[in-house]
Amino acid sequence: MTTTSSALPLPASFAFDRRVQRPLVILLALAAPLIALAMGKSWVRVLDFALLYVLLAIGLNLVVGFAGLLDLGYIAFYAVGAYTWAFLASPHFGIHLPFWIVLPLGAAFAALAGIALGFPTLRLRGDYLAIVTLGFGEIIRIFMNNLNQPINITNGPQGIDSIDPLTIAGLDLSRDLDLFGFQISSLLLYYYAFLACVVFAIILVRRLQISRIGRAWAAIRDDELAAKAIGIDTRMMKLLAFALGATFGGVSGGLFAAFQGFVSPESFSLMESIVVLTMIVLGGMGNLAGVIVGAIMLTALPELLRHFAVPMQMALFGKTLLDPEVLRMLLLSLAMIVMMLVRPAGLLPARTRYAHRDRRNA
Amino acid sequence: METFLQQTLNGLVSGSIYALVALGYTMVYGILGLINFAHGELVMIGALVALQTVTLLNAAVPGLHPVILLLAGVAVAVPVCMAVGYLIERIGYRRLRNAPRLAPLITAIGVSFLLQTLAMIIWGREFHVFPQLVSTTPMQPMDGVVVSPLQIFTIVVAFALMGGLMLLVNKSRLGRAMRATAENHRVAGLMGINANGVIAATFIIGSGLAALAGVLFASNYAIAHYAMGFTPGLKAFTAAVLGGIGNLPGAMVGGLVLGLVESFGAGYIEHLTFGFLNSSYQDIFAFMILGAVLIFRPSGLLGERVADRA
Repeated sequence: MTTTSSALPLPASFAFDRRVQRPLVILLALAAPLIALAMGKSWVRVLDFALLYVLLAIGLNLVVGFAGLLDLGYIAFYAVGAYTWAFLASPHFGIHLPFWIVLPLGAAFAALAGIALGFPTLRLRGDYLAIVTLGFGEIIRIFMNNLNQPINITNGPQGIDSIDPLTIAGLDLSRDLDLFGFQISSLLLYYYAFLACVVFAIILVRRLQISRIGRAWAAIRDDELAAKAIGIDTRMMKLLAFALGATFGGVSGGLFAAFQGFVSPESFSLMESIVVLTMIVLGGMGNLAGVIVGAIMLTALPELLRHFAVPMQMALFGKTLLDPEVLRMLLLSLAMIVMMLVRPAGLLPARTRYAHRDRRNA
Repeated sequence: METFLQQTLNGLVSGSIYALVALGYTMVYGILGLINFAHGELVMIGALVALQTVTLLNAAVPGLHPVILLLAGVAVAVPVCMAVGYLIERIGYRRLRNAPRLAPLITAIGVSFLLQTLAMIIWGREFHVFPQLVSTTPMQPMDGVVVSPLQIFTIVVAFALMGGLMLLVNKSRLGRAMRATAENHRVAGLMGINANGVIAATFIIGSGLAALAGVLFASNYAIAHYAMGFTPGLKAFTAAVLGGIGNLPGAMVGGLVLGLVESFGAGYIEHLTFGFLNSSYQDIFAFMILGAVLIFRPSGLLGERVADRA
């Protein structure tokens, strides 16, 4: 029953000409923050976060969507990236390194963490892997929470603040830029910086997907035994998926720390892992466009709820019965269940040529 | 020596609760090959429903004997959890039985968070004090060792339930049907067993045990909370894997061993790491055990090497 729905063709109106589609998407990506700015600064902030989540979702999609390894501790890599930035560019240790050292270091540490997690779990099947990765995420969080004694490393639950902002070639992105009399908001600067990262990530991942590595991942995902039989080094490929996926998490985490100026263990709870997972489940596992759409939808969701659900409840019942945070969790969990039952391949399914069709594995 | 005995006792108490929850995981896994991620939430629902019942009953009829309150709480919590467990299987998992492996797992995570959110809506985010219905007055059978009637009660109830379950599975008609379905549910169907009914029964029994475990857990920690099911759920899963998932005695042994390891670990970790780590790291033992078991002995302590169900 899953195969029929994953092969569902998109309605004709969506599948307009690629030559029109691409410039339109690029234009939208460039103009989006300006439109958001007209609606209020908080919406630009949402877009900035959306891009960070897109980066995360792209990374998790490498692991879950491409290689078929369900990772429930993905947020740990985000945390590694964020804390690396916080350690090396904040008054906490009094170290202030520039971003072109800190960001690659964060990515490298995250990749190492990915390998550290991947190595012992290589032999595990899907559901066990999910639980072990979940445990890994929790262990990282427990350490972040408690490593403030006997030596203060992470500053415990209070977190680390006044983290250095992203400064590119002397341009401090946390300050509004004064360009020929025009004030360019810091939020816009961050948006375009993040957008550049996302575009780079998209190009990289699209190349990766059609490369030998990407095809090897698809083979492993669809049938690991068969993949091994045709000579794919499944160990190496799975490790690579973990490491590369983690790298994206690390970069995103570093950018998050710089953007937010503050990190604490609270930002890296299991719930966050689940949110990122829901993004790719909702959008369409294995399909880059779907994943991006999912990430943007779910980042905007809490804001939309705050703006529309609260007034609506006020109008209907005279009070807010469900606050936006609860409503968001409710919708997220329902989305996961309903998507799996009704449209397991997501809103924008991956191409059927690569679709997940291992019914034998059930 | 006193510390040793004391930690053993504490370990047995939490271990027997883990074992009860682990049985639910292992029964479902044995039959469906599915990790019912939402099982831990049933512990939470059991505790909170019992708490609600006790509070309401106490308000309606003040001065009832605590034992009656406890029985009433259990009498409501168990059927409620059974119903929830049944609904999870019927709505969430049944349609996905032949789907790719990731699908039911993601559904299970969704169900788990859905239940948590619903509980948060009903009971709020705050911690609720769970009344002490069984005395916690400490007794001192020997120097330096403290035991409360509640702790003894917990161990006795848990072992009685485990014994009952073993009898059910090994001696009754339903138990035989369950074992047959676990072996191969298509063939079991050909033998005239209603496989769907048996699977539903498995979920119902597991959920009932989870409800009882929830009441015991909340009694021992004197607290109930919408997110309280998550950690014991995870630990019980670890216990099930440790004992050999799909194996009932394994789940019990695994639960007890995990309880003991955690208790000793929390007691001695400061000495072992020269004060670097303290007992706030208690929760990482379960994950470390889980990792170690899965890497070095995936079939668990008592599990025989079953054919790869992947």
